[in-house]
Amino acid sequence: MTTTFLLIDLPMILEKFVLILVVVMASLGIAMYTTFAERKVAAILQDRRGPNRAGPFGILQPLADGMKLFFKEEIIPNFSSKALFVLGPGLAMLTAIMTSAVIPWGDKVHFFNRDISLQIADINIGILYIFGVLSLGVYGIMIGSWASNNKFSLLGGLRAASQIISYELAMGISLIALLMITGTLSLKEMVVQQQNGYWNVVLQPLGFLIFLICSFAECNRTPFDLPEAENELIGGYHTEYSSMKLGFYLFSEYINMFISSVVMSTLFFGGYDVPFFDEAAHADWGNWLALIGIAALMFKAVCFIFLFMWVRWTIPRFRYDQLMHLGWRILIPLALFNMLVTGGVILYFFNK
Amino acid sequence: MQALTNRVKEVDRKPLSFMEKMYLPAILKGMFITFSHIFKKKPTINYPEKKRPFSPVFRGMQILNRDEEGRENCTACGLCAVACPAEAITMEAAERQPGEEHLYREEKYAAKYEINMLRCIFCGLCEEACPKDAIYLSESFAPADYQRKQFVYNKSELLIPNPKEDPEAYKKALGNRAKPTTNA
Repeated sequence: MTTTFLLIDLPMILEKFVLILVVVMASLGIAMYTTFAERKVAAILQDRRGPNRAGPFGILQPLADGMKLFFKEEIIPNFSSKALFVLGPGLAMLTAIMTSAVIPWGDKVHFFNRDISLQIADINIGILYIFGVLSLGVYGIMIGSWASNNKFSLLGGLRAASQIISYELAMGISLIALLMITGTLSLKEMVVQQQNGYWNVVLQPLGFLIFLICSFAECNRTPFDLPEAENELIGGYHTEYSSMKLGFYLFSEYINMFISSVVMSTLFFGGYDVPFFDEAAHADWGNWLALIGIAALMFKAVCFIFLFMWVRWTIPRFRYDQLMHLGWRILIPLALFNMLVTGGVILYFFNK
Repeated sequence: MQALTNRVKEVDRKPLSFMEKMYLPAILKGMFITFSHIFKKKPTINYPEKKRPFSPVFRGMQILNRDEEGRENCTACGLCAVACPAEAITMEAAERQPGEEHLYREEKYAAKYEINMLRCIFCGLCEEACPKDAIYLSESFAPADYQRKQFVYNKSELLIPNPKEDPEAYKKALGNRAKPTTNA
């Protein structure tokens, strides 16, 4: 008894480390190409051509953008609080990446006689962890905007804080209805349930809609991009930032977008589940099955990312009072209604 | 108030109906409009690889013409310089020496011929003034440069390639503007 907890599973640590490395690198790479995709999608929706000079079809454009950001002069304003000014973008980036820890990227793979779960940490409160880290995300913006010692930045930060806090409420309540159906907080468990039953979007269409709108707001994406409204606040919270610190802020926005796409796919669209395909019957496919699962999850995430962009280039920005009105007086009552109805249905029909 | 024209449009100030208050149908409609633009033909062309033809009346950079045997047409009469409203043209005349008949068409030629492209307004009056078909406006334009003095174009930059030595370049520079001067 006394010796067991001193044993450290070295291969386990190694495999987790490799997995973390892969996931973080993949998120960064995907975020990088999301910036490219954003420009390309914007161009295509507006009958333009988009970046097509760097490499074939402009494939190397993100590299060129990144290089440009690195080579720019790094300006730290004289009257800023320097430590916080540097901390801001780092925090934004950190919280953006941290969320990826509990997402089940796929089923198990089998290497070196070990079953390796493609989830960094299958904690039983996965969705709460995501919520916790997501709400920390606002600190990156708030600290950065406050440290800039600039009125425009501060206004942007204020808007970000109030917006994210207001929409988190509706998001949480819309999820409670989902959690009542699944009866678990573990993301892995939810995916397994959806593999065997229906996708949650079928059971919770209203909940999904509210969740979708709230994730637009949480990611500061148009039509909720008030914190960085260019034409009102110059650049909002990143007005004073330059060089790669600005890059970090922009980058964290795209990582957030990717992660929330993955979270939405996992919660409502079956995660790595392939529709109309019985995974259990093809268990002999081994690693290929896991690969198909990852591809399915990525496909769903890409669809959501496209939706994010599609909406951005369609809908203009909300006014601040409209934003608050939508959050507090429409989404929260709707989410409450959804929760009550779901609870009532479960109580009445499935009470065992 | 009485309308001054019949194009007046009354602003609709009715309160929003329930469907309009839902916003989502309108947003979906807008999204389908943007989506339909994916399949539209793009008006943009990939410029340096693909160029649009200039209009037939486009007036570009001047070219000093040669005749079919590669002799310069210009006799340095100065009519183009006189006609030029921007005073962009300068020239110096010289007499053709024996043995230079294959270079210049007539006894007098332009030893120096300069056009200041920063002054030129590409009006085409030099082309109209020229009695010898020696200058005309091509379909190209002066490229950008870093120094002002680079924009004073001299004979080496203005002269059309020699049709005897380089007939292809000559044809290309000639474009479909000027008729090649025949030995009349």
